[in-house]
Amino acid sequence: MAETLASSRSYYLVFFALLALTFVTIGLTFLHLGRWHTPIALLIAFSKALIVALFFMHLRHGNRLYWLALGSGLLWLGILMTLTLSDFLTRDWLSY
Amino acid sequence: MTTLTTPYRPQAKVTETTAENYLNVAYGVKSWLLTTDHKRIGLLYLMSVTVMFFVGGVAATLIRLNLLTPHGQLVTADTYNKLFSAHGIVMVFFFLVPVVPTVLGNFMLPLMIGARDLAFPRLNLASWYIYLVGAFLMLLVLFSGGVDTGWTFYTPFSSKASHTNVLPAVTAIVIAGFSSIFTGLNFVVTVHRLRAPGLTWFRLPLFVWSLYSTSIIMLLATPVLAMLFVLLAIERLWGVGIFDPALDGDPLLFQHLFWFYSHPAVYIMILPGMGIVSEILPCFSRKNIFGYQFIAFSSISIAVIGFLVWGHHMFVAGESVYAALVFSLLSYLVAVPSAIKVFNWTATLYKGSVSFQTPMLFALGFIGLFTIGGLTGLMLAALGLNIHVHDTYFIVAHFHFIMVGGMVMGYMAGLHYWWPKMTGKMYSEWWARLSALIIFVGFILTFMPQFILGYLGMPRRYHVYPAEFQVLNVLSTAGASILGVGYLLPFAYLIASLFGRTRSGPNPWAATGLEWQTPSPPPPQNFLVTPHVTCGPYEYALSSEGDHASS
Amino acid sequence: MPVRDRGLWHHFDSLDHQADSNLLGMWVFLATELLVFGALFTGYSAYRWRYPAGFEAGSRHLNLLIGGVNTVVLLTSSLTMALAVRAASQGRQALLVRLLLATLFLGSAFLGLKAVEYRQDYLERLVPGLAFDRGAWQELHVNPNHVQLFLIFYYVMTGIHALHLTIGIGVLGILTLKASRGHFTPQYSAPVEMWGLYWHFVDIIWLFLLPLLYLVSTRTSFY
Repeated sequence: MAETLASSRSYYLVFFALLALTFVTIGLTFLHLGRWHTPIALLIAFSKALIVALFFMHLRHGNRLYWLALGSGLLWLGILMTLTLSDFLTRDWLSY
Repeated sequence: MTTLTTPYRPQAKVTETTAENYLNVAYGVKSWLLTTDHKRIGLLYLMSVTVMFFVGGVAATLIRLNLLTPHGQLVTADTYNKLFSAHGIVMVFFFLVPVVPTVLGNFMLPLMIGARDLAFPRLNLASWYIYLVGAFLMLLVLFSGGVDTGWTFYTPFSSKASHTNVLPAVTAIVIAGFSSIFTGLNFVVTVHRLRAPGLTWFRLPLFVWSLYSTSIIMLLATPVLAMLFVLLAIERLWGVGIFDPALDGDPLLFQHLFWFYSHPAVYIMILPGMGIVSEILPCFSRKNIFGYQFIAFSSISIAVIGFLVWGHHMFVAGESVYAALVFSLLSYLVAVPSAIKVFNWTATLYKGSVSFQTPMLFALGFIGLFTIGGLTGLMLAALGLNIHVHDTYFIVAHFHFIMVGGMVMGYMAGLHYWWPKMTGKMYSEWWARLSALIIFVGFILTFMPQFILGYLGMPRRYHVYPAEFQVLNVLSTAGASILGVGYLLPFAYLIASLFGRTRSGPNPWAATGLEWQTPSPPPPQNFLVTPHVTCGPYEYALSSEGDHASS
Repeated sequence: MPVRDRGLWHHFDSLDHQADSNLLGMWVFLATELLVFGALFTGYSAYRWRYPAGFEAGSRHLNLLIGGVNTVVLLTSSLTMALAVRAASQGRQALLVRLLLATLFLGSAFLGLKAVEYRQDYLERLVPGLAFDRGAWQELHVNPNHVQLFLIFYYVMTGIHALHLTIGIGVLGILTLKASRGHFTPQYSAPVEMWGLYWHFVDIIWLFLLPLLYLVSTRTSFY
């Protein structure tokens, strides 16, 4: 493979960052964050996922097409959730 | 080029070639069942898909026979429910969805892009076996009592009330779904990675563009259906209320997830047909396709926009009025790329040197019937009108115009167009034209009366009906019998052609695509030398004068 | 005709070409997988939006200790997997086998812990359809139907995730066997890299299941 080989040290650094984020998110669940509880937890989850994808899955210097595949998956997931919830969230706006 | 306006007549002197091709390279059952050659797998699919087509056809025949009289004297109500379920499930999941990608796509895609095989040959073979397992299980379900939920498996009927083989049936569909995911995966990677040197994206045949778009839908919609059926199975097995209102579940969630697959599935069915028509029209008009890029991008945009409209199946189901408004608007949008295609096809014919050989007859039939199906679809997307004709025969007629009038016509067009390439033999043009005519007439007679029946208020899925609807129903059944003859004819003359002596030669239609630049049937490696592509796929103007002057 | 490399199919030009196609295939497959879990995420979101109290109550009864430890286990397995891919592309056979075995072990440990957790859930009567105590939830002034919906999604999501992990363990087993026979070379290491992608993806899904299932609202204890 033509891609540059990452040093094993960088993998360990990534791993410790992931561990740290895990402890943070579990720690935060014992605090009273109110309606920010879930958004913050999901934000941390997204950052961890991004780190895994960029470094462990080599998306950082991956082919454009890998990004395209991932992007389509996310876009379609977005369509599925948005339009389904568009029904659930607005169903009670008008009562018959 | 003088022969182009007359029906094809193969040259009398055919040298008995002993060249190696994919059929004679190896013999024996094992060489077929363990093959990784995409061409052989295409033929394996052709046989299995045809079997399922006839199974679904038998169910359709029984339905139409039962509807000859208003009192449903042929079968009981229960049997009738099982018949229309069997017809829908088999035709949708085991014929219409797989047929063009797995038969014609499998066979032609590598040939059309100058590749030696699909990217993952073993996965391709595996997908056929998976399809076979799913189809076999489905047949088992049908012959051991059947299933009575309709092809939609709506909850809570399917989860609480139905006492038929719901679980095995959805299992079979999930299994077949894996097969179509693997096919889609194979096609996407093949188109990206295995194009011949010089074959840029805008030199790709439009059939390849349509298969690519179809694959996107297969890959991103099918998993949702699989998970939905897992949830359905759990609800049915353990009596928990995922979709049961009595337990605070929501049946509409089932419908959302179901139509997230099943609406785009309509485009899985129709897009490859559109691709076939885009191949055939330039060839039999001796003209470059009009608006190549528009047709190419309209395929992609159908694949995307097709995912934004599913809520129009749920207008009367209790869906939010606001969501319904949005879905209605978006449904109108999907008509735009479809119309772009129809206009460009028409413009391709304009001032072309048109000849009416069998593939062209089927392709023209496709355009006409698809247009009717599409325009009635616009009527259904209108919120008010939808309420009037919801769950009536109007819907039945509409989607049969798309799926049978559109898709099956497209498939027949493609099968007749590429049959000489696949087998090296030419069928009887006379019989083939006759069958095209019979299918067209039979189809119109079957489904036009159903539009009227539906508009007058006859609901679908009932095995009895008021006596005043009988005349139209008899017409429809009469049409169905003509249609049945039309489908049996190709079965006969195509098989007869295999035993005939009429060789087709490498390029019977004088077509320009890469697949015609290699012998028929193609050698195991597809091409004797790797082709280098220097121009677009429809350069018919280069081979006949006059057409080019006007552009 | 030039000599073909070992493991090269006839329709690819070179091992690089083949490896690249395999990786693309896996990425496309992962997009499909995203929608597998996407269907569940959608149903989960709809019901959570509608029945927040039931979801919060249900979530607090899950064992965060096991959930948290399992997160660490899975992240560690991702580390060993990433290092295994690195070892494969360097041609370090012995290291590759050791790292694959470590990944296998961690994946199995995750499943073992998950089984312990399921058993506990069963003993605490948290399994709709099999062992579920409607009365206990009513005493807590929570609608048992809503808790039930949460728990169903908990079992389906973690169950499908565990199924993926099991498949991953099976494939890694085969890869380990092949690696121990010196099957992989720096030129031919795509299978390891490809299934590495799959492994990391399954890990990523868990990273979302943790907040969606265990961290729904403020907790006061781990279990």
